[in-house]
Order: sequence, then structure tokens, then C-alpha cells
Amino acid sequence: MLADKNRIFTNLYGFKDKSIKGAIARGCWDNTKAILAKGRDWIIDEIKASGLRGRGGAGFPTGVKWSFMPKKSDGRPHYLVVNADESEPGTCKDREILRHDPHILIEGCVIATFAIGAHTAFIYVRGEFIREREALEAAIDECYESNLLGKKTAYGYACDIVVHHGAGAYVCGEETALLESLEGKKGQPRLKPPFPANIGLYGCPTTVNNVESIAVVPTVLRRGASWFVSMGRPNNFGTKLFMISGHVNTPCTIEEELGITFRELIEKHAGGVRGGWDNLLAVVPGGASCPVVHGKDMENVIMDFDGLKEVRSSFGTGGVIVMDKSTDIIKAIWRLSVFFKHESCGQCTPCREGTGWMMRLLARMVEGRAQKHEIDLLFEVSKQIEGSTICALGDAAAWPVQGLIRNFRIAIEKRIEAYTYAASQQEHCLTEAAE
Amino acid sequence: MAGFMINIKIDGKEINIPHHYTLLQAAEAAGAKIPRFCFHERLSVPSNCRMCLVEVQVKGAPSKPTASCSMRVLDLRPNSNGDPPEIFTNTPMVKKLREGMLEFLLINHPLDCPICDQGGECDLQDQAMAFGRDFSRYTENKRAVEEKYIGPLVKTVMTRCIHCTRCVRFTTEVAGVSELGLIGRGEDAEITTFLEHAMTSELQGNVIDLCPVGALTSRPYAFSARPWELLKTETIDVMDALGSAIRVDTRGSEVMRIMPRINDAVNEEWISDKTRFIWDGLRTQRLDYPYLRDKNNRLVMVDWQRAFDAIRCAVVKAGQGTIGAIAGDLATVEEMYALKLLLKSLESDEIDCRQDGTALDPVWGRASYIFNPSIAGIEASDALLIIGSNPRLEAAVLNARIRKRQGLGPYPIGVIGEQKDLRYSYDYLGSDTEILSELFLGQGAFFGVLKEAKKPLFLIGQGALIGKNGTKVLKLTARLCCDLGAVTNEWNGFAILHTAASRVGGLDIGFVPTSGRNAADIVADSAVLFLLGADEIDLSAKKGFTVYIGSHGDNGAHAADVILPAATYTEKSGFYVNTEGRVQMTNRACVAPGEAKEDWAIIRALSSVLGHCLPFDSLHSLRLSLIRDYPHFGIMDEIMPGKADDIISLGQEASSVTTCSFTSPVKDFYLTNPIARASAIMAECSSLARNRLAMEVG
Amino acid sequence: MSIRRLAHESIQPRAFSFTADNLFWAEKTIARYPEGRGHSAVIPLLMRAQEQEGWVTKASIKYIADILSMPYIRALEIATFYTQFQLKPVGRKAHVQICGTTPCMLRGAENLKAVCRRRIHSEPLETNMAGTLSWEEVECLGACVNAPMIMIFKDTYEDLTEERLEEIIDAFEEGRESSIPVGPQNGRHSSEPIASVSLRKLL
Repeated sequence: MLADKNRIFTNLYGFKDKSIKGAIARGCWDNTKAILAKGRDWIIDEIKASGLRGRGGAGFPTGVKWSFMPKKSDGRPHYLVVNADESEPGTCKDREILRHDPHILIEGCVIATFAIGAHTAFIYVRGEFIREREALEAAIDECYESNLLGKKTAYGYACDIVVHHGAGAYVCGEETALLESLEGKKGQPRLKPPFPANIGLYGCPTTVNNVESIAVVPTVLRRGASWFVSMGRPNNFGTKLFMISGHVNTPCTIEEELGITFRELIEKHAGGVRGGWDNLLAVVPGGASCPVVHGKDMENVIMDFDGLKEVRSSFGTGGVIVMDKSTDIIKAIWRLSVFFKHESCGQCTPCREGTGWMMRLLARMVEGRAQKHEIDLLFEVSKQIEGSTICALGDAAAWPVQGLIRNFRIAIEKRIEAYTYAASQQEHCLTEAAE
Repeated sequence: MAGFMINIKIDGKEINIPHHYTLLQAAEAAGAKIPRFCFHERLSVPSNCRMCLVEVQVKGAPSKPTASCSMRVLDLRPNSNGDPPEIFTNTPMVKKLREGMLEFLLINHPLDCPICDQGGECDLQDQAMAFGRDFSRYTENKRAVEEKYIGPLVKTVMTRCIHCTRCVRFTTEVAGVSELGLIGRGEDAEITTFLEHAMTSELQGNVIDLCPVGALTSRPYAFSARPWELLKTETIDVMDALGSAIRVDTRGSEVMRIMPRINDAVNEEWISDKTRFIWDGLRTQRLDYPYLRDKNNRLVMVDWQRAFDAIRCAVVKAGQGTIGAIAGDLATVEEMYALKLLLKSLESDEIDCRQDGTALDPVWGRASYIFNPSIAGIEASDALLIIGSNPRLEAAVLNARIRKRQGLGPYPIGVIGEQKDLRYSYDYLGSDTEILSELFLGQGAFFGVLKEAKKPLFLIGQGALIGKNGTKVLKLTARLCCDLGAVTNEWNGFAILHTAASRVGGLDIGFVPTSGRNAADIVADSAVLFLLGADEIDLSAKKGFTVYIGSHGDNGAHAADVILPAATYTEKSGFYVNTEGRVQMTNRACVAPGEAKEDWAIIRALSSVLGHCLPFDSLHSLRLSLIRDYPHFGIMDEIMPGKADDIISLGQEASSVTTCSFTSPVKDFYLTNPIARASAIMAECSSLARNRLAMEVG
Repeated sequence: MSIRRLAHESIQPRAFSFTADNLFWAEKTIARYPEGRGHSAVIPLLMRAQEQEGWVTKASIKYIADILSMPYIRALEIATFYTQFQLKPVGRKAHVQICGTTPCMLRGAENLKAVCRRRIHSEPLETNMAGTLSWEEVECLGACVNAPMIMIFKDTYEDLTEERLEEIIDAFEEGRESSIPVGPQNGRHSSEPIASVSLRKLL
């Protein structure tokens, strides 16, 4: 369990002063100049050494991502874009950073822009986070007033931050869709290559990072990569914000060490599963796009990138959706597929057409109004989507469905049997009545 | 970069290709066929249909489906041992992917092929046959999409749309007007214009060809024929002076539709709406019998003999009086040549093919009246000055080429003339000759731009060359070209944009008076006047006996004393020389109606009636004679280049001009010739365009 | 997602223009983006128009397209792609957006929907008779550990029960919305575990 002294997010719930004064008191903005003085390469190397993996879901090493940026500018400006378009069901960590501890994010932006040779950072906040955006903008204003942002700063590096917002499109959380949206277009993902590090925002080299990834950077650099790797296990170092929602006694967002077991996480922070561990049915372990895992397989799982791979799911953003035995699991997953169908951008064929098909098939399965062979059809449709789309939304839509079929096929079959039985009974009654 | 070659293995076969190739190009180079819907060579690559997925295998990693239209070979990771990456286009994985994609495309596509105009030439139909499953697993309700109105030319059945966005990309990228868009998102995304306004582009018809399914079809052609019933004739368009490559589809003796053919040198694969939708004008207002004006001043139907007799009497009666001939904008070289010989035998050189009185004259050499840099050469130029022209209306497809050039990189464009929306950005320099004089004196910001350019292009429209100042403007521009380095051994940027299909051919064969007179003089002075399809000239001053040889009852026919019914460009084979001097030939797609005959044959028959029998009795022998006199007609589809020296010596004659402003001769894009004026479709388009204009002004 | 269309012509206002304050704000917003990248401001500007008018009108789409020299169709694409834009009028006093995605569904979002059906209108995106209230189900609003939750205009109301939602609806209808604290409705401060005193001290 994470020791209190190792917490990066020290005002996660907003009990303390979130203004610049409070942030400085908690150690933020402490000699940022000295960090920058160590140079761009040192920063990138240190972040690489810390093993920090992107916190937005895919888990790509942040330092490596930064190192893709051109070392020298060819005349085009470089940009940092912070992805605060947090929309994955089960995920609500960036919200806490934005509204309660915006200064660690801003300081992280300054260091990251320096590391990638940029002078401007755009923070793309999802449109629904209105109060969160206001809090962030207020903090940025404070920084401009205190010479922590702007052309002439206390630490001697020009850095501007522009807060941009979306207007309700989950797909804009995909980095290239986010760039499109930021350019004033529909949020339809771009083809890769070219990658944003070559041609990103406005055709310029761009790095897109998650809020949490950027927010932890100042602390990692202050306390050193060795401190960060002292937590968690190889390939999965550091701390992480976990969001525990669904059927637990005390749902919450909490910073924990990577590598904590699922059971410990739930027991320590979420007050246990509603109705006890025997009542646990299933868990979506990392946000909506991660395949659902059967409760009995989940208890001792280690909560990190590799740990969840072992149960054929993924760590995603650390958003844990817990479902107890009162849950209609078919319906729960159907609701996710409604989400993905709603959020498909409509650009490429498999996702546009496939998400609707899966949703409709599942809707019938919720009632049981289906045939058993259609479960295989559903699985095949999901396989047809997976891997063939431009962005990962297609995969994200397919995985929960695959997880459902892998783990709860029997439940679907039973539902179908019950419906068929009821229908035949009714038919029987009707025939009798007719006779 | 272009020269760098790379090895890649496709379906087990190793080939060597330029490294910037996409996987799709590489696969085609290896002889593999890749199905596609959204990909189009001349549009940007969205890679959204996912039909072109192939299997890419890099050793040590699982093979991955990859969109071949967008992935470049050089972006593939080589194998760890340095072997080229491998691509498969025929594995079970690819087969499954294609089946899957087609299944997805078809689940919400209606099964209305029997009533769909695209049937028989539908990409989706063909590819579903070739790559799809033979049954459907989809049992849910299908999507239906509300109908949209996007204008009188393009009919929509949006339920059939597969969201390939070719139409959106075409209008935005090629036509240069963001009119179509994909609104909404996901499954419910729909193609539409802004609130169902009619499209305004002069090139909008091309979206019909681009649409891979039956979502966008031709409204005028709706439900009138099936592709397999049509006889397809490859020919040349004459609606403007580009000579776009077209295919005329006929059933029996009727032209059912006109489609573009690919000709990278001229029209790539686009045609304007006038070219495409003119065909109903080929059926209406036709002159199908000879007519003779009677004592009551009424035109009455007669037979050929009586018509010819009347002409013979008139010519005899004219005696020593002038006999003149004006060739219209749609005349072929052969018929002009025959008419020229006929007048010569009548000892007259009162002939002119320049109805608008443009200052161009073959005495200054071929370079002085053609589009020297060539149409494709626009892409090689690095600055453009448009003088007295609205290329959007005068040559819509060439205008798209200018836009294309601007999309390729920095391309300063200056305009002297009218300030109109040309579908690309430009610097407006002014409206009149003053600006030319300033440039001549080295003044103005654009002077520096042109001076700096290595290959500046001077596009000179007829708007600058008609009127009394025409000759001076021509010479001044020639001088400007030479002074600004537009005329060198490598580059000739002196470019005349014609509006009439017949014009360059007429100038090539010297269908102009030698006396320095012009068409209006000839009309006014001739005792007997031959009009070879001449409908764009003011005939109010004519005094003499008028013979109209042509296809449509238009201005010329109304003023005529004798009408000899002739053939349109789809009904005869003939040479046309386009604005860049390219000799091309039309082919006969169908026969002329009623008693109408091919023009050259009419002139040949008339010559024998007049006692000056022309020395050929077949089109073939006419052409042999023509080629003997003008050898460049012997080389089809090629340009006989003009001489740079001609421009230089023309420029040496430059003098100052009095101020006058330039206006394009094309006021209404849709009604520039007698066929267009007979077309109900063109009339509708014209009235829409006029209303739009009135709204904008109002 | 249902098909998103602009509202019927009969209820479209003829014209739109920003108030002086909003116009000033719009110019400032456009200036935040690099030169020549004004199109980036299309979402913020449309959102501001929605705040001013209550919904996104046809006139406002054209107005903003004109400000940004953008083709109308591109602005229409944006307005229909992003689902936060209300294309027809919503409740003047409250437009209740219920998060209906799985984490909220697991904790009772469906019951909240039932409350809205009963109290406001049987169909989403339809106003009640007085035109004061409307509701819709939206996708994940990003407050999953505070499920179930709703959003009314700019504020969220979290950790809801059916009874509490009824009270909130009442308050908005009667113009007493200021009496309702925003955020969690069960005594929590934000997203901490409700029982944890130690974390409350620490964070």
C-alpha cells in the first residue's frame, strides 16, 4: 500500500487550498528552474529511467514518446497537447487533477514543453468538464500573474498554455482525433503514419500526453527516477490513480502503488464489494474498453499493465468497474456497446457499421430474443471489427463484447433458453385456447 | 527522392519499386488486384472504407491487416535481418477481411439493385460479387436515410451511401468549393449540402462518376437506360476550347449520356457540367430539313435541290459583289477547310472564324494564338497572371488544374479583369489595361512576383483581345512576357485561352480574311453570306442573302434565307484543335436526324451545284488534301509547338494602349452555344445560377 | 446516437449575433490560437452561442462560420458531430442530462431516467408543457465514482437518489436552484471514499 509520503497527488479531493499559494506550499513550482537547467536530454532520460508509462490507457512509455520529437526545429514550432478529454466510462481521474490540483499539471506542462522543444501547450478539456476547465483557467491566470507562464518567466523559458475544449465526443480522446478537433474539424482520427511527432497539430511536430502522465512529471524529476521505480514492479513502476466505481461500498478515486492486488485495492479503499466477495460477479478492470473479467478470476490479480494482461484484459486507465451478482451482465455490456455505437465517429466502415450491429444483437440477447448460434456471430462480428479500423475505438468496442462472450456465454445461453421456453409456453397456451 | 528504389515481397514475389509507393501501388505493380471504394488517384486518401486491407508480415511479429491505399512501402518496418517486409493479398486472412468489410458495407445498403441506376456499373455490386459472401447474416433492421436535394443535376438516394466521402473530397479539393459535407457521426452520418442548397460547382457532375454506389446518380439520365444497352463511342468534347476526352453513350440514334474519359494532358478525368449534361440539347431545336425563306418572309421546308438552286441563283445574282463566310464555334477543321476552298474558288477571301472579333491572327505565327505552356504545363509553372479571363466559366476543367497547382505549393496568382470567385485565392490587381501598362513599366507588387518566378504563366483570355484595343493588348502582353522572362528556350508562358472549340483549327488553316477585315465587316458587306454554324455573332447589320449551315435553330438560322441542316459533334467525325494546339478527332456516335447531313458533305455538294466542284469526294480524301496543305493535322493528339521567336517579334511591335477594362466573353456558363441553348437542363442550371447571383447582389 | 438535424424552420430565429461582451470574448478566443488558425475556435464559439441563445440555431451556425471565414457546411458538420450542441430548444430553467453509461447504470441511473420521464416528459429532448424543463440521457460524463449523477447546464449533481433528483428538479423549476449544493448529494466532499476520515485529513 502506498505510503503517505509517496503520494504525488496531495490535494486529490480538494480539501486543501487549490490556489497557487496552496500548491507552492505543497511543493509545487519548487525551483523549476533547477530542473530545466539540467537540460532537455537529462529530463527525457530521467523520465525514460523512471519507466513512466502513459496513463491514458495505452501505456506507452512517456520518455520514449518525447524522444520521438525532432531534436532541432526545422522552422516549424513544436507543440505539447495535453489530453484532458477524459471520457472513457469508468474513468474520472483527470477531473480531480484539473479541479483540485491544476498546478502540478501546469508545472508538468512547462517541463514537458521544455523537454520536447515546444513553447506552447494546448490542454484539450472535454466539453462537459466546465467547472474543471474554469478551475484550470483560473490556475493558469495565476501562473501568468506570477511569471510562471508567458514569454518571460521566472525559470527563463517561454511557455504559453492554451486551454481548449471539446463538445461531447469520446473519440476526441484518440490523439489524432483530438488534434483534428483542436484544429476546428470533426474529431475523426487521422491515419498513422505520419505520427504526430512528425506531423501533428497544424502540421507541426506534436506530442500528445495524458493529464496524469504530465502531472506526475515534476514530482518524478524532483524525487528522481530511482524513487519512482521503487514502487511497483519492472515495466509497471510508480503510482497510479485508481477509480473504483460500481458495486463497492465506498466508490472513490485513490492514488495507489502499481502492483497492488485487486482485493487489497477494493478492501482498503472501496470498503469491499457490496454484499461481500462472494457476491462479486465481474469486473471491468480499466475503463469501458477493457474486456470484462469474471469475478472469480479477479481477486488476486495484480493491478498493473502486465497483471491484467494475464487475465486477458488490460489495465487501461485504472478505472475499475465492479459488478456484483445483482448485475445483469449482458445488459451492462450492452450499455457499453450503446456507448461505443454512440461515439463511433463514422469514418471507417467496420466501426461505423459494426458497432451498431453488435449493439442490436446484444439488445436482443438482453431479452433472450436470439438464437444460440448468434452468440458466435456476435463474436465474429467483433473479430471483424478488431484490428481493421483506423483508430482504437473499433477495438475498444469489440473487446468488452469478446470479454462477455468469453466469460459469460452460459449466462447468454440461459437467457435465450428462458425466453424461448416462455415463448413456447405462450404459444402452447394460445394453441390450447384456440382449440 | 523519387529515384530511390526499394525491394518488397508481394505474395511471395519480390519486386523493386520506388520507395514512395503505397502498398496498393506496389501490389498493382506486382499484378495483384486490390479492391477499394474510398481511394481515388486524384483525391486525398482517407482510407476509410477499409476494403483495401492487406496482410503485412514482419518477421517476429504477428501479421497485421494494413490499409494498402495509405501505407507507404517506406513506412513499413523491415525484418530484423534486413529482408524486405512481406505483403500478402491473397491469404485466407485477406479474404476474410474483405468478406467482413463487404458484409459491413452491405448490412445497411438496400437491396434495390434492380431499380438502381448504378446497376451494372456499380463498384459495390462488382466487388460484392468478386470478394463478398454469398449470403447475409444480418437480421436486424436496415438503416434508411432521408432523401436530400442537392440540385437539378445530381440525384441522391442517400440510403445507398457507403460514406466513402469521395464526393466531399472532390468538391472541396478539386472543384474548390466546400459544398458537400458529412454531417452527424457514426452510423447516422449523412452526406449533404448546407441545408440542402443546390450545389453551385460547374464540375459537380463528376461526383456521379466518383460515387462508387448508386447514392449519387445523374438526375437527367435517371431510369432511362442500363449501361449494357448503350453503345459507347470515344470522342472529344466541343463545349469549350479544351477538347476534353469524353465517351458518348447512345441507344439507337439517341445520345443517352456523356461521360469523361481519362486524358491526363487535358482533362485528367473530369468534365464540366455543360459537357456532361448537354445531351438533351442534341435532340431539341434540331434543323432536320432544308428550309427556304419564301415571298412571305417565312421559312418553308424544301428539298435539298431547291435549297441549292436558291443559293446558286443568289451567287449568280451577286455577280461581282462580295461572297463571305463566317465559321461558328463548333465547326470542324474539315468543314472550314472545304468552305475556305469553296470561297477561294469563288475568288473571295472574305472568310473569318473569329465571330467575336478577337485580335488573334495566324500571320504572327502559331505561338501567338495557342496556349503555349500546355494545359498540363500549368502544374509546372510557378506564378500566374490572368488577363481578361474568367477561367472558371471559360474552361472549368482547366480552372480546376489551376486550383490543383495551387494545392501543390506556393503559387501566386494575379488577376486583371473582373473580380469573380474563381474557386482559389488570388491577388486582384485591377480591371483594366492600366495595370498592364504599370507592369510594363515595372510597377506594382505583382511585377516582383512575376519577375522572380522561373516559369511565369500569362493566361490571356478573349476578354482582353476583343474590341478595338485587342491587337495592342496582345502585343503589349507579348512584350511583357518577354520582358519578364516568360519566353525562353525552355519555357513559353504565353498562353491564350480560347472559348471556342473551332478557333485554333480555324486559325491553323487561315480561316481569316487577308485584308485585315473582321467578321462584323464581312457580315455587313457580303452580298451572299455563308454561316457555318455561326450563332454567336450580331447579324442585324447583314444585307445580303444568307445561307446557314448548322444543326440548331438558333440566331443564325433565324436570320437565314436558306437553311442547310447539318450534324452536331456527336454525329460526325472531324478534327478539332484545342486551345493548346492539340489536334484531336471526334467520332460519330450516332447519325444526324432527318435530312441533316455532315457539314463537309453539304459544302462538297454545294460546290458542285455552284460549278466549282471541290477535289474530294470522301472525308478521307478531304483529310489527305488538308494534311498536304497543313501537315500537323497528320499527327493526332499531339501539339505542334509554337515558336518563341514569334512572341518576341510580336512583342517588339508593342505600343501604349488607351484605357479599357476587360470582361469575360462568357456571361452565362450554361448557354454558350446553340446546343446548350436548346438544352432544358442547361436552361434550368442557368436560371438557378442567375437567381443565386441576384440573391447575392440583392 | 440519433440523427441530429437542425430544428424546424418554423422555430429558427431569423438572425443571430453575439452580444458585445461575447463578441469581445470571441475575438480574444480566436486570438489565442496561432495566426491563421482561427478555425480552431469553432467549438468554443458555437458553445458560447449556445450559452447565449440556449441552443444552436441555424443563424448562429452561419454567423460563426462567417466570423471564422469557414464554409457553412464545415460549421454544420461541427454542430452535428459534437453532441453537446443542442440543435433545438431545451428547458429554459433546467436541461437535465443523465449519465446513463454502465458505471452510472449499475448504481441506478435508470431510476433517475424514470423520474425524468415522469416529471418532465416521456421522451428525451422534449420540453415539458411550460418549456421550462427537459432531459436527455447522455454518455459518460466522467464522474463514475460519484454515480449516479446528472448535469444541469454547467454543474453536476452527484451521488444521487431518486428522491434527491426530484428535489433538485423541484428546486430548478421553482427557481431555487441556488439552494442545492453542486457536487455530491450524499455528504461527500468530492471523490473520496465516503467513510474515510484519514484521507480527508491527508488530502
